[in-house]
Amino acid sequence: MARLSIPAVELMRSGHSACPGCGATLVMRYMLKGLGERTIVTVPACCWTVIGTPFPTTALDVPMLDCAFEATGASISGLRAAADKMGLEDVTIVGFAGDGGTVDIGLQALSGMLERRTDGIYVMYDNEAYMNTGVQRSGATPEGAWTTTTPVDEFSRGKPEPKKDIMAIVAAHSPPYAATVNVAFPEDFVKKIAKAKAIKGPRFIHALAPCPPGWRYSSEKTIEVGRLATDTNMFPLYEIENGVYRISRKLGVAKPVAEYLKTQGRFAHLTAAEVAGIQAQVDARWKRLLALEGLA
Amino acid sequence: MVELVISGNYAQSYAAKLARVQVASAYPITPQTSIVEKIAEFVASGELQAEFIKVESEHSALQACISAAALGARTYTATSSQGLLLMHELLHWAAGARTPVVMGVVNRAVAPPWSIWTDHTDTMAQRDTGWIQFYGESNQEVLDTTLMAFRLAESVEVRLPAMVTEDAFYLSHTVEPVDIPSQEQVDAFLPPREQSSTLQVGTGMRLGSFTGPDLYMEFRHKIARAMARARDVFLEVEDDYARMTGRNHGGLLPTYKADDADTVLVTMGTATTTARGVVDAMRADGHRVGLAKLRTFRPFPTQELRDLASQVDRIGVLDRSFTFGAAGAAFTEVAGALYTGPHRPLLRDFVAGLGGRDVTEVTVREAFLDLLTRDAPESQWVELKSRQEAP
Amino acid sequence: MTKYEVEEDLPEAPIATTPSDVIHTSSWRTFRPVIDLKICTKCNVCWKFCPDDAVAFDGEGFPVIRLDYCKGCAICAEECKPKAITMVKEE
Repeated sequence: MARLSIPAVELMRSGHSACPGCGATLVMRYMLKGLGERTIVTVPACCWTVIGTPFPTTALDVPMLDCAFEATGASISGLRAAADKMGLEDVTIVGFAGDGGTVDIGLQALSGMLERRTDGIYVMYDNEAYMNTGVQRSGATPEGAWTTTTPVDEFSRGKPEPKKDIMAIVAAHSPPYAATVNVAFPEDFVKKIAKAKAIKGPRFIHALAPCPPGWRYSSEKTIEVGRLATDTNMFPLYEIENGVYRISRKLGVAKPVAEYLKTQGRFAHLTAAEVAGIQAQVDARWKRLLALEGLA
Repeated sequence: MVELVISGNYAQSYAAKLARVQVASAYPITPQTSIVEKIAEFVASGELQAEFIKVESEHSALQACISAAALGARTYTATSSQGLLLMHELLHWAAGARTPVVMGVVNRAVAPPWSIWTDHTDTMAQRDTGWIQFYGESNQEVLDTTLMAFRLAESVEVRLPAMVTEDAFYLSHTVEPVDIPSQEQVDAFLPPREQSSTLQVGTGMRLGSFTGPDLYMEFRHKIARAMARARDVFLEVEDDYARMTGRNHGGLLPTYKADDADTVLVTMGTATTTARGVVDAMRADGHRVGLAKLRTFRPFPTQELRDLASQVDRIGVLDRSFTFGAAGAAFTEVAGALYTGPHRPLLRDFVAGLGGRDVTEVTVREAFLDLLTRDAPESQWVELKSRQEAP
Repeated sequence: MTKYEVEEDLPEAPIATTPSDVIHTSSWRTFRPVIDLKICTKCNVCWKFCPDDAVAFDGEGFPVIRLDYCKGCAICAEECKPKAITMVKEE
């Protein structure tokens, strides 16, 4: 048998309620492999509230604390303060929230946690819409995507606005570490988590979590879709460590975004011109990211 | 024991310090600010070894306390008015998660129009949340009740969050002489928090969870029973406190000259002090009047009120809030407690003091006289400025 | 497993402690992965990408699908480079 490329330990159990092919469960699974068992996870309203299974069962082998939708950042701060006061050693506090619960309703509490320099990790798993409530648009929904609140019809072509750049918002708080990760690249994922774990202060992880029912693709394609997201530069993998940008994965030539967009029904309505518009934006963002990397 | 001349706000701060609070988290709002400023001073000097999380909103303040309490810490926060309203979602959360957070609330009117002055609208709006609620009459009572609140909230039979309220400016900013118990006394009265229903590192457990219609009701009934137990546990706690300090503030519904009264006014907060003076004056005029102070609003002193109702002919409730479309909140609850009991004296509602309007001896006397001479089902807004003839 | 039927069975606070693998999600699937061990190279990719932790290993290091939990998402079949996994319809 080949040596396992990521830790064998499983701190997430089977029997959970996630949809078949769910990217968000892989985010949790890989995150916990990287953090280990002395971890406390606080989770606001999101898919994982339900994935975690109803009373009396729980899908994690570590303590999980439900918190209010808006308040993940504050929950992390509270847990850390208590852990420190009570002398609990070597405990990682991590908040695990969806994109809507972070970039929209949870933004204030995240900002507070970062500004206060809370010693904790905030993981945003990004399935690019309010999936738990049935695929409504969030600030993280990409431009052009179909959702139930940005339908495709005569007067609407999917979401008109671009995706909120949460990494830029986080970077503005100058945390010691922030990184993007992708379930399609588990080795990179776990490595970054382990790195974040060893750093003190506020840390942020933006994890891409492809979603079969919300993005409208057949469940077996989750990893393929995730891979294409990064290889087309739609979702670049990079780190920001004390303000220094470092891109984790660069293909010589990125694949065209059309290859990514055509895998998902939520983009099926896009015209060639709209796709070209998205390509131009992706190219501009990539160029900016390269420039930021060059500032080192 | 030391006597200091301090504000009601500082009384809260000293109580939090003596209680050896481990995690405090708060956001500034007039007129609560000096509570947390004093706590910040205590932490900065090392007199209080606590983590003080300076959050970016009241909603986050209570979440931070709940999460800290979920891990086992003793927590404290304080707020007022708009801040309390913003926290509302988390008040339900604290009670549902059975976290014994203690909160000081400076009773302040709600906007619009903006008002920084006192009434009870803010805390009355929380009476459904499962929090224990105390209304304070003096700075001494506020300090004592806050210390008792920690012990009551954390007791294994209760495990519910508790708020100790004080009227804006009358207590929050007015200084009075306050006996401060010694740290040794408080340590004996309030040991470190007993760990129950808390998160344990290294175990698979989930606090919060979700459930369907099959079990939700039963979880809520547990809260109902805990609140019912809080009644008797509070009386035991106060007995203990009285043994230590010599001060007993009279349980859930302390009365004044009610034993041989035929007419009683139910009051809350600082209006009680004023009402006592009016009771004395009217007694001198030959009226057999008395008062009953609604000290604990939750758990509601149903038994004590029914006992009172068995002795008197008339009860007036002096409300410092009003539920539009219904009546004053305190009146509504008193009526509910008495209607289902055996004695139903005449019961009337008097609304006064909203938005910090002074409740003076004239105000209270007017309420008493109206209660003595007239029966009317509608709430009477006392000293309302209007060109219309009062009925 | 503890039964929670009446109020007295419940913990005082809403705390769940039963591990979720008492729940078998096998009934969710329409298709079941079947691994051809002659083709399998024991690369572990199926284990790596399974969202349900439904891939175990036998004594020889070959993957074994945990059929109590497999939801039939077919990520394993899709990602298996040698194409050792076929999705077979459940009867």
